[in-house]
Amino acid sequence: MAVPVTPVLETAGISKSFPGVKALEAVNLRLYPGTVTALVGENGAGKSTLVKILTGVYAPDAGQILMDGAPIEIPNAEVAFLRGITATHQETVLFDDLTITENIFLGHPVLGRFGLLDWKTMNARARAILDELEVDLDPSMRLRDLAIARKHLVAIARALSVDAKIVIMDEPTAALSHKEVQELYAIVAKLKAAGKAILFISHKFEEIFRVADRYTVFRDGRLVGEGMVADATPGGLIALMVGRTVDHIFPKVDVPLGDVVFSVEGLGHPTEFADITFDLRRGEILGFYGLVGAGRSELMQALFGLTRRSAGSVALGGKPIAIRRPADAVAAGIVYVPEERQRQGVVLALPVFQNISLPSLGHITRNGFLDLAREFELARRYVTRLDLRAASLSQEVGTLSGGNQQKVVIGKWLATEPRVIILDEPTKGIDVGSKAAVHAFMGELVGQGLAVIMVSSELPEILGMSDRVIVMRDGRIAGRFDRAGLTAETLVAAATGNLPAEAA
Amino acid sequence: MRIGRDGLLAAIVLLMVIAIGFVTPSFDTAPNLVDLFNDTAILIMMALAQMTVILTKCIDLSVAANVALTGVLIALLNVAFPGLPVPVLMVVAAGIGLLLGAFNGAMVWLVGIPSIVVTLGTLSIYRGLSFLASGGTSINGGKMSPAFIAVPRAIILGLPVMSWFAIAAVAIFLVFLRFTRTGRAFFAAGGNPTAAVYTGIDVGRSQFIAFCISGAVAGFCGYLWVSRYTIAYVDIAGGFELQVIAACVIGGVSISGGIGTVAGAVLGALFLGVVKNALPVIHISPFWQLAISGIAILGAVIINAGRERRVGRLILKEAAA
Amino acid sequence: MTADIQAPVARTIPDRIETPFRRWKRWEVLLAGVAVAIFIFNAFASPHFLNASNLSDATYNFTEQGIIAFAMALLIIAGDIDLSVASIVAVSSTGMGAAATAGGGPAVLVVVGLVVGLACGAVNGFIVTRFRVPSIVVTIGTMSLFRGISYVVLGDQVYRHYPPGFDWFGQGYVWWVFTFEFLLFLLLAMAFAVLLHRTVFGRRIYVIGNNPVAAQFSGVRVDRIRFILFLLTGLMSGVAAILLTSRIASTRPTIATGYELQAVTIVVLGGVNILGGSGTILGVFIAAFVIGLVTFGFGLFNVPGVVQSIFTGALLIGVIALPIVWGRVAARLRAR
Repeated sequence: MAVPVTPVLETAGISKSFPGVKALEAVNLRLYPGTVTALVGENGAGKSTLVKILTGVYAPDAGQILMDGAPIEIPNAEVAFLRGITATHQETVLFDDLTITENIFLGHPVLGRFGLLDWKTMNARARAILDELEVDLDPSMRLRDLAIARKHLVAIARALSVDAKIVIMDEPTAALSHKEVQELYAIVAKLKAAGKAILFISHKFEEIFRVADRYTVFRDGRLVGEGMVADATPGGLIALMVGRTVDHIFPKVDVPLGDVVFSVEGLGHPTEFADITFDLRRGEILGFYGLVGAGRSELMQALFGLTRRSAGSVALGGKPIAIRRPADAVAAGIVYVPEERQRQGVVLALPVFQNISLPSLGHITRNGFLDLAREFELARRYVTRLDLRAASLSQEVGTLSGGNQQKVVIGKWLATEPRVIILDEPTKGIDVGSKAAVHAFMGELVGQGLAVIMVSSELPEILGMSDRVIVMRDGRIAGRFDRAGLTAETLVAAATGNLPAEAA
Repeated sequence: MRIGRDGLLAAIVLLMVIAIGFVTPSFDTAPNLVDLFNDTAILIMMALAQMTVILTKCIDLSVAANVALTGVLIALLNVAFPGLPVPVLMVVAAGIGLLLGAFNGAMVWLVGIPSIVVTLGTLSIYRGLSFLASGGTSINGGKMSPAFIAVPRAIILGLPVMSWFAIAAVAIFLVFLRFTRTGRAFFAAGGNPTAAVYTGIDVGRSQFIAFCISGAVAGFCGYLWVSRYTIAYVDIAGGFELQVIAACVIGGVSISGGIGTVAGAVLGALFLGVVKNALPVIHISPFWQLAISGIAILGAVIINAGRERRVGRLILKEAAA
Repeated sequence: MTADIQAPVARTIPDRIETPFRRWKRWEVLLAGVAVAIFIFNAFASPHFLNASNLSDATYNFTEQGIIAFAMALLIIAGDIDLSVASIVAVSSTGMGAAATAGGGPAVLVVVGLVVGLACGAVNGFIVTRFRVPSIVVTIGTMSLFRGISYVVLGDQVYRHYPPGFDWFGQGYVWWVFTFEFLLFLLLAMAFAVLLHRTVFGRRIYVIGNNPVAAQFSGVRVDRIRFILFLLTGLMSGVAAILLTSRIASTRPTIATGYELQAVTIVVLGGVNILGGSGTILGVFIAAFVIGLVTFGFGLFNVPGVVQSIFTGALLIGVIALPIVWGRVAARLRAR
């Protein structure tokens, strides 16, 4: 392959911040025509933020985007698309009830006589594009009737219909079968041959080494390494991804582990996870690591009763329990702090004290009626204990910072005096000070005899806090590790399927 | 056309006609079926218009009141100026209806009030205005000009003009919803509003246009109604909005937007039309009509809901294969 | 507190910042003002207005619909809606008429009315929660079905033979000028206020209306509560049916036409957000009075009901549009 010349797309010094979090810092990325560039990085490294900036969903706080050497403005998503910057996303942003052809041409249709839509031509062109991709699909099918794998192909077809210059593929092989992955490789090769620049975001190293020509590594919002794939090794990439020496910067207090308080046997779900077996002891923090889409949150939600499992059993304190709905789990003493804080964790429009008392409403009554005094007292107790910063207990949770919102969620569950607390990405998107507080708090909880399951994608957190770590990949357990001698590299390798010998 | 669902409904309607024809042979004769179709013409047209609104995730409860108000106004116009040609009156009726619909649309688009609230309000306002306009009395056929009454009844090629209007409406809506960008935008705006914005569609504007269409059709049907029944007063088309929505729902239009076919809406209207016309013929009291529509609506939405269910995330490799 | 992290001194934060007066929602105060204004206007406009027995007799203008509105308010706050309430009144009244014809006494009729209302509510609740169908469409369907049943049973007949004593519910006086209907209305207002604002159940309604996902994730049994709210709405429609049937002593299939519109208008006028999540019983209570005053006032001038509804329709739209438009105008002025 010839040495690439001018980049077709270049970002110069792109930065983007959100309240409390610096998502991207001075990123200089280059994409070359007819080249596949792999973008690797941990969760939260800034990959999806970059994609959103390139596709016009976000505006950068600083920096420029250049196309063929000239700076361009991308005010919205439609403009990005029409300029030739296209993307396939993990969640399809397409229309389930429209046909493939329509999804391909929406926004830039072919008009015929009298200015009417020319479906004949569009169907034929759609057919042609699909043929180019060597995909056997009838363009008049509705998107809803397609398997998820195929919907990605429609997104790619859409990109081709505007003669895209850049095709961004964000985790394109999630939920693809082996055969479909091979088909995808063929498509990527075709796009490459047609001179497109492809940005291939993936955590699966076998794919990266198979299709990519160049690689770029992101870490903590910065571009920390790039080069030719031919010169790279998995170990080298992992080292760049992880980068830092992981100190034990968290106050990990050693707590004597008690009996097994919670055990899961052969838990399975039709589509989300299978063969999950593990134990949890009193005083233990069990970390769950894995990359996005590994099935960890789905597992936890099933444990909490939000979704129905199809196989397996759960036992608490040795006795099997049936959890059909969250209320059952709470009654049994199992609580869940969800990943999507604003959608699942808190009610933004309600005040702090009402959020905190929500699962405990039955206990703050007097003669059957809500006792506001007891409610405030309960809220105050946990607000103080967690050092929550708010102007008053009646402040709407929506106006609090991310860290304080998380404290509301944790506080509300602590008020139910649980035995097992499941934390799903507990410090995602919150500031350092609150992170430390949450960690300190976790230490306190296990010291008092609770058992904690912590789902996290942040390596320092997992390594620093967990007594044991279970790694999940593609819905199954890919590794179990003890704290002693555990390294970030081992975890990432297990999560990406690169362990020399799987330690299951 | 959603072959599966629309085909099933078509089969049901056909079976009903045949079954009733079995019991009462005079039912499935050509003249009677033409009558039935003509009788259902207004419902067909209004169901198509309502479908456009529902596609964009809105609802228009004021259509019947629109029919009443426009009907009264156009009758008054005819009485005052009997010389005005009927085509002009038709255009004026559609124009008045359009304004009434545009008000709804503006409230939804520009002020941001949920459509159910707006149209619950205009339902009363328009109905009340029709009372005021008619002075509390009725304008009966005797006062209307002969042409006013005759035009929808005139037979061309074996079908009354009103039936032809319905057929024309079906053709127009088919073309509009299938072959124009504005028409397709309704489906996108209602099916996935956030994604629609990314493709450059203005969801609010689509909703406004849908309400204008709904209003214009209602206005036009206002003329047809008073002409057909040769009377114009406050209570005409009372409760008709329910039938219109029922026709849409039975026809597979999803209340959450983005899903619906012209064939479905037409078949839904025909279903109700057959029920209405069949009851007296098979000696079931016409008082059953409302209950039957209710059951049909409930049946249809339950079936619709089953189809629109979402599956869980696909993570396991074997599950995806 | 652990010693590692520099633990700040335990701070106490206040329960609330605003004074109690500010807590009184502005909407209810505004509405009360409107009610007083209309009252005064009516008093000056017609000599018949300030007559105790006239006023008392006129309370029926809003009590029956207000009772339905209380239950409807809870349902709307929780994010649903029930457009079939008028039809539930109709079928409930039909049931009572049938029972009366079969010889039932007032007590039997009351039971029949309530049971039919509950049953209808159960149908609504079942279809909405079990099949996950949006409540607006389900209740449009049951709206037709329930009234349809009335038509099937009654046709163009009218039930007129109600047992003696039954008329007391709608026409009877309890003390001085106060009718049973009015007192029941007051009682139910208080009961609903307590239910919504002071019980666990009521609190959960607000949570569901604001964020049903977070409610589910917090262990609230969302579907169960929604089902109960539909039962409650059906029950209150049954109560209204008893009052109405008793008052007019007859039942036709067209009875209570338009009640659903009135009920929703009262609820929305009362400051309840049609999309769910906020609203108070006090607001609904005052709104019922406002509607009643307007209806009575119009009635004094012999304005036909259908024309009155122009006012109610405009009120409904205006009430929601005004704050939005005002907010935009204010923002523009501030930006200058």
